[in-house]
Amino acid sequence: MPTFVRTDKCDGCKGQDKTACMYICPHDLMKLDRDGSETGHAMRAFNQEPEQCWECYSCVKICPQQAIECRHYADVVPLGGSVQPLRGSDSIMWTIKFRNGVLKRFKFPIRTTPEGSIDCYGGKPSPKLADIEVTGSFTRDVTGGFRPGNPAELLRK
Amino acid sequence: MAEFGNPDVIQEEVDILMIGGGMACCGAAYEVMRWADAAKAEQGVDLKIKLVDKAAMDRSGAVAQGLSAINTYIGTEQDPADYTRMVANDLMGITRDDLAYDVGRHVDDSVHLFEEWGLPIWKTDANGERHDGAAAIGEGLPSLKDGGKPVRSGKWQIMINGESYKWIVAEAAKKALGMDRIEERIFIVKLINDANDKNRIAGAVGFSTRNHTLHIYKAKAILLAAGGCVNIFRPRSVGEGTGRAWYPVWNAGSTYAMAAEAGAELTMMENRFVPCRFKDGYGPVGAWFLLFKARATNGYGEDYLTKNKAMLDQYPPYGQAAVPASCLRNHVMLKEMKEGRGPIWMDTVTALGKLRDTLSPREVKHLEAEAWEDFLDMCIGQCGIWVGENVEPEKKNSELMPTEPYLLGSHSGCCGIWTSGPTDLGAPTTELHADAGKIPAHLPSGWNWGYRGMTTVKGLFTAGDGVGAAGHKFSSGSHTEGRLAAKAMVKYCLDNKDVKVELDTSVEQLVEDIYRPVRTYLEFKDYSTAIDVNPNYITPKMLQFRLQKIMDEYVAGVATYYNTNDKMLEVAEDKLNMLKEDAMKMRAKDLHELLRAWENYHRILTAEAHMKHIQFREESRYPGFYYRTDKNFVDEENWKCFGNSIYDKTTQKWTNFKRAHVDLVDKSKLFKAAAPH
Repeated sequence: MPTFVRTDKCDGCKGQDKTACMYICPHDLMKLDRDGSETGHAMRAFNQEPEQCWECYSCVKICPQQAIECRHYADVVPLGGSVQPLRGSDSIMWTIKFRNGVLKRFKFPIRTTPEGSIDCYGGKPSPKLADIEVTGSFTRDVTGGFRPGNPAELLRK
Repeated sequence: MAEFGNPDVIQEEVDILMIGGGMACCGAAYEVMRWADAAKAEQGVDLKIKLVDKAAMDRSGAVAQGLSAINTYIGTEQDPADYTRMVANDLMGITRDDLAYDVGRHVDDSVHLFEEWGLPIWKTDANGERHDGAAAIGEGLPSLKDGGKPVRSGKWQIMINGESYKWIVAEAAKKALGMDRIEERIFIVKLINDANDKNRIAGAVGFSTRNHTLHIYKAKAILLAAGGCVNIFRPRSVGEGTGRAWYPVWNAGSTYAMAAEAGAELTMMENRFVPCRFKDGYGPVGAWFLLFKARATNGYGEDYLTKNKAMLDQYPPYGQAAVPASCLRNHVMLKEMKEGRGPIWMDTVTALGKLRDTLSPREVKHLEAEAWEDFLDMCIGQCGIWVGENVEPEKKNSELMPTEPYLLGSHSGCCGIWTSGPTDLGAPTTELHADAGKIPAHLPSGWNWGYRGMTTVKGLFTAGDGVGAAGHKFSSGSHTEGRLAAKAMVKYCLDNKDVKVELDTSVEQLVEDIYRPVRTYLEFKDYSTAIDVNPNYITPKMLQFRLQKIMDEYVAGVATYYNTNDKMLEVAEDKLNMLKEDAMKMRAKDLHELLRAWENYHRILTAEAHMKHIQFREESRYPGFYYRTDKNFVDEENWKCFGNSIYDKTTQKWTNFKRAHVDLVDKSKLFKAAAPH
C-alpha cells in the first residue's frame, strides 16, 4: 500500500527546509518537489520510491494537512478499500472502508502521558562507578523489574 | 562550496559513538548518560558521546510502525532460566545461555520504564476481564511495577496499545542524550580500524542523506546496532508489494556487513527466520493463535499441526517441547503445501464464533477491536489486504504463508555477532571444542572477555539484532541489551583513557570509497540516452534484483521451497563473487540512491556470510527454515556447536570454524517423554 500525496491538500509544509513527511519517513521515501519539475506539482511532496514503501504510515500520521493516504499495493490488492488514521495526542482514530462499502471505526489509546512530558531521570538514582561492574542497570533497584533468578538453576555455578 | 559528488568532510572525535536509533540504541542512550555523569563526577572524565541514525528516531528501527505486544516480559512467576530454555529450544538448541539469561533477568526493568513513560499496557482485572492500557488506569488497576497483571497473549508476551511505542521510547532517549548529541539522517557505511592495532576499532564513516557532507567519526567505543537484514531474498511480491516485507524494509544488514569488514567474529549466520504470517500483508499471527485460540488448517480443513505431529518426533528433543521450535512448525506446514493440500488457512471464523459463545456482547465488541488493533498497531498493510479482499475475520478465513527468509538476531532468529557475555553465570572461559585449534589465534577463548556486549574487535560493541546466538529478545530485550552495552562502554572508555586511536584509512581514501557510486555516475551519465541503461554502471535497484535472484534460486529461497545443497551453493558462491565485483560499479544519481547503493552493498556481504555459513554447516539444523538436501538431517553429534566466521576485507575471504556449545541451564525440564517410535 504505497502512500500517495493529495495535490489538493499538500502545502509542502509551507516551504520550510523539510516537510514533516520527509522528516519522518524511516526509508527516505518522501521528497518535496519544489519547482514541479519531477511531478508537475510544485511545492508538493511525493513518494519517490513507492515499491519500497513498508506502509508504516509514519508519513500519513504526521502530515499536518492530512494530505497523505494509501492506495493498497496494486500488484496484490483489489481496489476500493481504504484504511485512514487520525492520530491525536493520546489516541488514534481509524476509519476502515472495505471494497464492498462496509465501514468500521476504531479508537485506540497511544500513550498515557502528555507528549514531551517524560522526565527520564526524575526520581532515578545516580549510580556510583563502584557499581559499574555490578549486575544490573542504574534503575535496577527502583523499577521492580530486576529478576535475579533462582541460583539453583545455573548448572555450572 | 559542497555540491553533489564533492562533499564537505566533517571530522569529529568522540569517546562513544552509537550507530542506529532503534530500540537498542535508545536503551543505550538512556543508560549511557547516567554512567557518563558518574565518570565526570567521580573521575573528572568528560566522555564525549554521539548517536547517529540514518532516519528519525521517533520512527526508526523495527518498531517504527508500532507493536501490539511486548514479546519479552518475564514477570514475577517465571525465572530467567525458563526464558533461557525457551530461547534455546526455539532455535534448535544452539544459543548462548549466558546472553539469553542476562536479557531475561534485566528486561522487565526496561518494560516498567516504558509504562512509566506512557506506554499503555493492557491489564487483567480481578474478574479476568481485559482492559486496554488507558482504560486500566481509569479503572484504577495498578501498573506492572505495582503488581498489575498484564494480559498474556503467550507465556512471554504481553499486550500493549503500541502505536506510539517507538515514539515514547525515543522521547526518553532523546531527553537523556540531549539533541546536541544526536544527528539524524546520517548513514554510517563503514567502520574504521585502528592504524596501530587492526583488531581495535577507531571510527566510522558515513554521509548525510540531506546535505553534501561526509562524516568521519573517530571513536574509542562504538555501539553498532543498526538492525537485521531484509530483502536479500526475492520477496513473494515483486511489484509495488516489494516493500511489504515482514521485517522493516530499511534493515539492510548494515550491522553484520560493517562488523564483518571490521574483522568481528560472526556467529550462526546460517540461521534465518521464515515467519509464517497472513499471506501478502504479513500481519502477525501470534494473537490469533494464542489469544483468540484459532487453529490453522490445510485447504481441506485438516488441522495439520495435529495431523503431522509425528514429524515433530523426528527432531528430538526440539520437536517434543510443549511449544516445538518455530522452524518445525513451518516444517509440518510445508508438507501440506508441497504435497498440494493448500491453501493454508487461519480459521478465524470458528475461533471468533467460539469466543462469542462465552463472552458478553460488550466483550465481543472489544474483542473485534482487539483483533483489528493487532494489525493497526504494527502491520497496517494487513488491514489493507483485508479491506481490499472484503475479509471480515468473523465471516471469512484468511490465508497463511511462510515468507521469504530474513536474517536477524532479535526475533525468532539468532544470526549475528559473537559477543562477550556476563561473567557470573558459569559461562565457559576456555574453548572446549575438539576443533579449538582451528579457531584463528587472535580471537578470544570462552564467552566473556571483559566487557558485556563487546565483539571480538576491541571497542566495538553491539546489541539487539547484532548480538548472535541469542534470539527472542524482541523490542524490550533489544532495549535491555543496549543498556547493558552502554554501561560496559563507559567502563571500557575509563579503562582505556590513555589509548589514542588512529584511523587506518586516509580521509581522501574514505571520500573516494564512499562517494564512488556518485563519481561513477557523474563520469558516465552522458554515455547513453537512457539513464538506467549504461554499460559503465549498474543501478542499486538492479543490483538488488540480481542478489535476490541468486539467493532465491540457489540459497534456499521460496523458489525452491527453501531447499539447497552443496552444488547449488557452489553456483551461488560464483555468482555472488561477480556481484560483489560489480557492486564497485554501482551508480548513485542522487543522495537517495547513494543510500540505496550502500544498503545493497551491506546486503551482499550479509548474504555472502549466510551462504558461507550454510555451506560450512553440514546438516539441516533448521528444517522449515532451510534444508540442505545433501545433508537433510540434524546431526547432534557433530553439529551441536556454534558455526562462527571471520572475514578478511583485504583478501575478501571468509574463515569458518566451530565453537563448543555448553548448557548453563538444564534444558531437559522442557521436554515431555519422547513418543515411542
